[in-house]
Amino acid sequence: MTATSEEIFEKVQAALIDALGVDDDEVTPGATLVGDLGAESIDFLDIVFRLEKAFGISIPREDLSPEDILTNSQFVKDGLVTAEGMAKLKSRMPWADLSKFEKNPRVQDFGNLLTVQDMCNYVGTKISA
Amino acid sequence: MRWMWVDRFTEFVSGSHASGIKNVALDEDVLDDYCPGFPYLPPTLIIEGMAQLGGILVAEKFDWDKRVVLAKVGKAEFFFPARPGDQLHYRVELESAQEDGAVAAGTSHREGVLQAKIELMFAFLEDGKFADGPLFKPGDLATMLRLMSMFQVAVGTDGKPIQISDKL
Repeated sequence: MTATSEEIFEKVQAALIDALGVDDDEVTPGATLVGDLGAESIDFLDIVFRLEKAFGISIPREDLSPEDILTNSQFVKDGLVTAEGMAKLKSRMPWADLSKFEKNPRVQDFGNLLTVQDMCNYVGTKISA
Repeated sequence: MRWMWVDRFTEFVSGSHASGIKNVALDEDVLDDYCPGFPYLPPTLIIEGMAQLGGILVAEKFDWDKRVVLAKVGKAEFFFPARPGDQLHYRVELESAQEDGAVAAGTSHREGVLQAKIELMFAFLEDGKFADGPLFKPGDLATMLRLMSMFQVAVGTDGKPIQISDKL
């Protein structure tokens, strides 16, 4: 299956507009799902369902919410993700831009990390796999 | 108040779809209270009726093991009010059901004319969250489903009638 990045963005944008009730001009590549678009935890399930339908893919839940890493004392110390934890996150989520998070990897900030572009990157890895 | 917003199941195919009837009657208190002087069934209760059909569809698919709750209403469009004397025909189709939730699409028709269409998303309560244990007392859900004539029409994927589960 081949899809251009524009086609992927358009479908991701449509999914987010429907799931979050936002306007198309709000769904920019750099917008964060939680902070900018107001996604709540239940919305992620909705977004996942819509992306699976739109692209005909299956999205394992741990792909987008690595709670097993973020709640594991092996990878988190004093509320900060350790170097080992960062490596684990990067391996799990190679499509996400973790550079900003890495500078101050507070677990509590992870929820507001994902951007629209990250979602497009993720879908891109799934449909080219 | 009875919290049953479908009068009767008319069709139920496991994991696929469910249909039901809702009669709108002037003696229902909610019609008086919602918009005094212009009685009509509150749209939220039309959503609730379709959510009951959909929730049962989802719960049955998972053999009644999940604690199914309506998590989110996507789009909900209403084209005209449901007035006393109207009979609404609901149909809910299960679009996707997975281990952590399900999505369904519902329509309401009156005399063959589309009255409303909605998107529903169901989630499953995890153990220890919001409430412990089952959402219904033993036997209560079975009683409710009997009252709504579900088992008179319900069939499995093989077309054979669905039996009343011991889990209900």
